[in-house]
Amino acid sequence: MAPLNYYLVLSAVIFAIGVAGVIVRRNVIVILMSVELMLNAVNLTFLAFARSFGSMDGQVIVFFVMTVAAAEAVVGLAIIIALFRHRRSLDPREMQLLKW
Amino acid sequence: MEISTAIFYLVAAVTVGSAAMVAFSRNIIHSAFSLLGTFAGVAGIYVFLGADFVAGVQVLVYVGGILVLILFAVMLTHRITDVQITNRSAGRIPGLVVVAILFVLLVQSIGETPWAKAKEVVYKATTASIGDLFLGDYLLPFELASLVLLAALIGAVVLARQEIKE
Repeated sequence: MAPLNYYLVLSAVIFAIGVAGVIVRRNVIVILMSVELMLNAVNLTFLAFARSFGSMDGQVIVFFVMTVAAAEAVVGLAIIIALFRHRRSLDPREMQLLKW
Repeated sequence: MEISTAIFYLVAAVTVGSAAMVAFSRNIIHSAFSLLGTFAGVAGIYVFLGADFVAGVQVLVYVGGILVLILFAVMLTHRITDVQITNRSAGRIPGLVVVAILFVLLVQSIGETPWAKAKEVVYKATTASIGDLFLGDYLLPFELASLVLLAALIGAVVLARQEIKE
C-alpha cells in the first residue's frame, strides 16, 4: 500500500486545481465543477486518514460531505438556470445586483 | 516498483489530468465530460484505501447523479454552438500565484507533520460497520442529512420552475 503522504499530496494537487478553477474561470458552471473537485479532494483526505488511523468515522463523514455536495450541486444548478433565464449570461462579473 | 504502486500512479495521473482539464479547458463540454474521469479516478483511489462501499457510492452519487445534473445544466444554458465565448478565463497570473502559494503550503505541512504511523490494515468489507455507525453514533447527523436533502429538493423545484404568467 502506498504511504499516507502519497494520498495527501494527491488530494492537495486536486484541491489546488479546484481552487485555480474557482479563481481563474469566468463561468458559473465551471466554478461549480471546481467546487466539486475540491470536495472530492477533501473526501480523499478523510478516507486516507480513516485508513491510516484504522477508524471508520472518516468514512461516515465522507457520506455527509457527499450529501452536502449533492444538495449544493442541485440548488446551485437550479440557481444558475434561473439566473440564465433572467440575464442570458453565465459570467459572474455581470451578477452584481448587490454591489454599489 | 510493485504493481499496485504502478496502478496507483496510473489512476492518480488520470485523476489529476482530467481535473486539470475540468479547470482549464476552454470548452465547457470538455470540462463537464472530464469531470467523469476525475470522479471515476477518485473512486479508484477509494478502492486503494480499502473503502469499497464509499467507492460504490462515489460512482452512484457523483457519476450517476451530480455529473448528469451538471451536464443538464450545461445543455440547458448553452446553445452548443456558442461554447467558445462562454468559458473565458481572466486574471490568470495573480490567481495562479495564489494557488501556487496555497499548494506549497499544503505540501509543506503534509511533509512536516509527523502523522501517526499507518497500521497494517486488513482489507475487509466496510458496509456493516458503516451501517452500525449511521444508526448508532451518527444517528442525529444522519437524520439531519435527510432533512438537508429534502430542503435541497424543494429548493431546486422552487428555483428552477418556469413561472407561467396568465
